[in-house]
Amino acid sequence: MNLYLGVDIGSVSSNFILLDQNGRLYRKLYLRTLGNPVKALKDGYASISDGLDKQHGKIRAVGSTGSGRHLAAVLLGADVVKNEITAHAVAASHLFPGAKTIIEIGGQDSKIIILRNNIVHDFAMNTVCAAGTGSFLDQQSARLNIPIQEFGDYAVKSGHPVRIAGRCGVFAESDMIHKQQMGFPVEDIIMGLCEALVRNYLNNVGKGKKIEEPVVFQGGVAANRGLAKAFEKILGLKINVPAHYEVMGAIGAAILAREQMELSHSPTRFRGDNFVLEGNFTSNSHECSGCPNLCEVVCIKRDNEVLAYWGDRCKKWESSIKQPRDRLKVV
Amino acid sequence: MKVSFPHMGHLYIPLKTLFKGLKLEVIAPPPISQKTMELGVKYSPEFACLPLKINMGNFIEALEQGADTIVMAGGWGPCRFGYYAQVEREILQELGYDFQMVVLEAPDSRISELLLQLKALGEKVSVREAYQAIRFAWKKLIAIEKLEKKLEYCLPRAIDKNRLESIFERALQAIDEAESQQEVEKIAQESLREMEKSPFKSAEVLKIGLVGEIYTILEPASNCYAARCLGRLDAHVSRSIYVSDWVNDHLFGGYLRKSNHKQIMQSSRPYLNHEVGGHGQETVGSTVDFARRDYNGIIQIAPLTCMPEIVAQSILGRVSEELEIPCMTLYFDEHSGAAGVYTRLEAFVDMLQRKRALPSNSQLMEARA
Repeated sequence: MNLYLGVDIGSVSSNFILLDQNGRLYRKLYLRTLGNPVKALKDGYASISDGLDKQHGKIRAVGSTGSGRHLAAVLLGADVVKNEITAHAVAASHLFPGAKTIIEIGGQDSKIIILRNNIVHDFAMNTVCAAGTGSFLDQQSARLNIPIQEFGDYAVKSGHPVRIAGRCGVFAESDMIHKQQMGFPVEDIIMGLCEALVRNYLNNVGKGKKIEEPVVFQGGVAANRGLAKAFEKILGLKINVPAHYEVMGAIGAAILAREQMELSHSPTRFRGDNFVLEGNFTSNSHECSGCPNLCEVVCIKRDNEVLAYWGDRCKKWESSIKQPRDRLKVV
Repeated sequence: MKVSFPHMGHLYIPLKTLFKGLKLEVIAPPPISQKTMELGVKYSPEFACLPLKINMGNFIEALEQGADTIVMAGGWGPCRFGYYAQVEREILQELGYDFQMVVLEAPDSRISELLLQLKALGEKVSVREAYQAIRFAWKKLIAIEKLEKKLEYCLPRAIDKNRLESIFERALQAIDEAESQQEVEKIAQESLREMEKSPFKSAEVLKIGLVGEIYTILEPASNCYAARCLGRLDAHVSRSIYVSDWVNDHLFGGYLRKSNHKQIMQSSRPYLNHEVGGHGQETVGSTVDFARRDYNGIIQIAPLTCMPEIVAQSILGRVSEELEIPCMTLYFDEHSGAAGVYTRLEAFVDMLQRKRALPSNSQLMEARA
């Protein structure tokens, strides 16, 4: 059985999926990154690939995305390294052909992607503020002592959401505390927060974009039913949450990896189980003194072998390692 | 007198030449680094825009190296920039630095005013020598911009992008050190030829117009090196403004060479019919101009809180829709994470590539619908 591995290393979660030849999801895994992407990658890979041999599954190609996509590419050997926007758009148009708007809210960023004819027509990402993303919801659930998994269930129970000022995460929090002290029920406050976050999203990320149906809502935050309900209420449109909303980026990366394999007919760059599972990966950084730019150069090592450098503006360090990528890029 | 000035792209090379020609000792600020940013941010008002913060970092570093005179541009118009030289002087004085600040005000119409201001700086030189210094500096500027444009053309097409960049960097250094116009000419010609000779890919490249606020466009350190990054992503970037355009239009009132400034301002109609300060109208006009020249996309860049560009951004939506050209806006301040910027640039280039690859497909789908 041919399988395609998609990996999405984000700020909050690390997601792994295996896709079969027909584009169906074979396995999925959602892990918390917990500030240690190398460990998340090793653990995640070990668990997603567990027992594949017995089932005659073989990983044919690997795609990586998310803010840790370059790290994932080095540790696993990826055939495709793609930004989150393209990956999410590819996954959504694969599962929802004809989708016109994608709302994606992750751990620390939120984006809107406008699709026309199944390709990205326009997009925007939050710029200088992370209010309304997963990290903020996490923080609020911890403060209210409600597990994040149940946050949405509380919200949808609300009959009269209270109005929370959602312009800024810090002010939203103080407004919530104020409403709590006044004695509003917690469900109404949580739903009020959901509505505030939706208004914030539409004003900051969605500003000036035409939101048309079908709308797909994905990313880890889509687990919150309260938010989906708030979007429906404020937009007046039906919101579709895909079954695998939390791993859509990884699905997109796997689809792209499969596409790439079919187009290029070259062997995969996937390095195999032993490379990632048995290696001891370390990273260190130093300030390069080659010129006055003083770039912070990061070095990724497996045992004593240097795998990659990045962070140097002049690419002196980066290009000191022969990447197989260079060979393939030549047209 | 030891003269220093703020950085703005490669402007330091002609400026050094100019001041040397005026027989002044020059101390160029060290290249903009993380330390420059930290110093600038520490001593600037929080709500000021990034250019002011970087200026401050430059000045402090130059003063620490012994500069005692700072030459800064002034200006007029509704953008805050005209006031920056004054604010910067006050802050530096409060920090206890002993220095003199010379503010070059853009002349309203007469070129002689600027000549007099420059002449006042160079007490030891004749008018003739001042004129020659300006001429030599201008030659260097023109040579550098030819190289910059060549790099913008070649970088996306070249197979070995590192080599191309090192040719460019080498040429810059040689021009900086050059003592005569002939020498500058020779370096430029040789480097241009060397860049053209690098092996190219056969695939067609995307063309992206970079528009927006002048400093952010001209100073790569203020925009996370967005133009180079796009070049490495195989996109040919053209900027809406180059230093020589600004010097010609604003300092010399169009005296040095023919300018297309009027035409750009005309192009902004009917989307924006008035000046909105800074380069807001130019941003809209250039976007229209790039769209008419069949560019694939537009990226607008500006420092966070830049009022003229916020006005322009709100208008670009309509331009984008009517002229069918994708536009993306990026704001920069000291918090801008380079990784986040690259993600957006990569996604934008991806979008343009996929759009271009699939037009027949989408027409088909439209026909079906």
